[in-house]
Amino acid sequence: MTTRARRGDLAILILLAVWATPFFWQVRTSFTPDSELLRTTSPLPARPTLAHYQAVVERSVMPRALGNSLAVATITTLVALALGVPAAYGFARLPVPGKGVLLLAIVASTAFPQIATVSPLYLLLRALDLRDTWTALVLANTSFALPLLIWLIAGFIREIPIEVEEAAFLDGAGRLGALGRIVLPLIAPGVASAALLTFLASWNEFLFAFTFTATEASRTVPVALALFPGVFEIPWGDIAAASILASLPPIIIVVGLQRWLVHGLVGGALKE
Amino acid sequence: MTGRQRADRRAGIAFVAPAVVALAALALYPGLWVLWLSLQQRIPIFGISRFVGLEHFAFLVSDPRFWNAARVTVAFTVASVALELALGLIVALALWRQRAGRRVALSLLLLAWALPSVVTAKLFEWLYHPSAGLVNLLLGGRAFNWLGDPALALPALILADVWRTMPFVALLCYARLLTIPPEIYEAARVDGATRVAMLTSITLPLLRAILLVALLFRTLDALRAFDLMYVLTGGGPAGTTETLTVFAYRSLFQTLQLGFGSAISVAIFVVVMAIAAGYLRALRREGLTA
Repeated sequence: MTTRARRGDLAILILLAVWATPFFWQVRTSFTPDSELLRTTSPLPARPTLAHYQAVVERSVMPRALGNSLAVATITTLVALALGVPAAYGFARLPVPGKGVLLLAIVASTAFPQIATVSPLYLLLRALDLRDTWTALVLANTSFALPLLIWLIAGFIREIPIEVEEAAFLDGAGRLGALGRIVLPLIAPGVASAALLTFLASWNEFLFAFTFTATEASRTVPVALALFPGVFEIPWGDIAAASILASLPPIIIVVGLQRWLVHGLVGGALKE
Repeated sequence: MTGRQRADRRAGIAFVAPAVVALAALALYPGLWVLWLSLQQRIPIFGISRFVGLEHFAFLVSDPRFWNAARVTVAFTVASVALELALGLIVALALWRQRAGRRVALSLLLLAWALPSVVTAKLFEWLYHPSAGLVNLLLGGRAFNWLGDPALALPALILADVWRTMPFVALLCYARLLTIPPEIYEAARVDGATRVAMLTSITLPLLRAILLVALLFRTLDALRAFDLMYVLTGGGPAGTTETLTVFAYRSLFQTLQLGFGSAISVAIFVVVMAIAAGYLRALRREGLTA
């Protein structure tokens, strides 16, 4: 590799690291003692501390919120997969009455603004006595996660040649058997990436969670962070520590599972 | 109809039914119910619930707060989407020529996109702190009150949104660039094409369709955005960052006017769906089904 190309690569990495500075600054803030917070200008704290993390873990609602978020995002993802994978197979492979209209409705519902459905959903969940429960958030999040998941996975299924399944039918397999034994293993990377996107969307969701929760029994991480209490002044260090904890799952997904995530993200948009 | 076809039809219905029923209950039903709500006066704390027809919409047409929110929404959408597309395209082209360290580069890029928007709001609230924020420090210790000054709050909000969503545009363009066969460029080089000519007559035309897709996704998301402004500025100062979504939310759940708030939501709903339909038609013309 030429020196010039290497210098170019390095320059791009540095520019992207600069772009990520707001996050790194928050990491720095989370380790900076209160006494330094409003004064220092150095890139690193003079006396790094874990006090903010200790405060968040021991004396705030964040641990509870992290548990709620983890549960709601996991259950939402499982529900969306259980409903979405068979539906995607049906739309991609089987004759369904009214298919065109149903698919159009599914695409349309991915564009629904949450602000438009939040008031009816609020009344619905109140009528079902589900306010301030995980169930309420799972149902609400399914409303935006499911259409996207069906759309993505139907796309992955259409990429598989139909002949692969025909062989299974000759062996006497039914549709369910073909889906489970032949199709699912082939689209596993696509399903994994769609599941990760669903988890991420549910983890990050704020409007529904803010509206349908009332106490720490069901408040998720974004809500707990938005409502982070300050007594006399804003606890910037504690907020920084809490926001780093809130960011850990998304960061793990982006950094650790990048290949799968990118596959799912661009898979849906690049179909021609 | 053969036995196999009948069996497939039954299987098809059984496979899609649970998801269709769930979406009918959780998306379609609320989507229709909000239309009905917007025609009512509903203030639960006073026990008021009556049909008022189009009164809310008639009021909104001459409501300066509504038109202010509409202007803010349009300004926010146009500015942030334009910046995201321009920057995203440049970043994608830069990443494309990257040889070493692509994984690290993608991780750094996607970091901002993956964070919850509430976290982004908290990050920027601290960056914009008048006396201790990094932005003012980097400007040499100036004391701009980014979120408190009516002239600065909207640009500050737009910057935070561009930070968060530019990576998404870059990723889409980058993925499209990877699918271009390198032979095209070799052939062009043999014909003596300059780098600029290759960019303007090969690369950019090939990116046209994906840029339209990115434009659609980003425009809809910007129009629907709520978390960032609600947490970062709360619509202030003096309503300079109050988008239609924040106005709707305030009416629905702070002043508890479910009917009036729903009417604002319906206005957003109609605009978003109209734009989505318009874009889809444009994409079909481009030969793309998205």
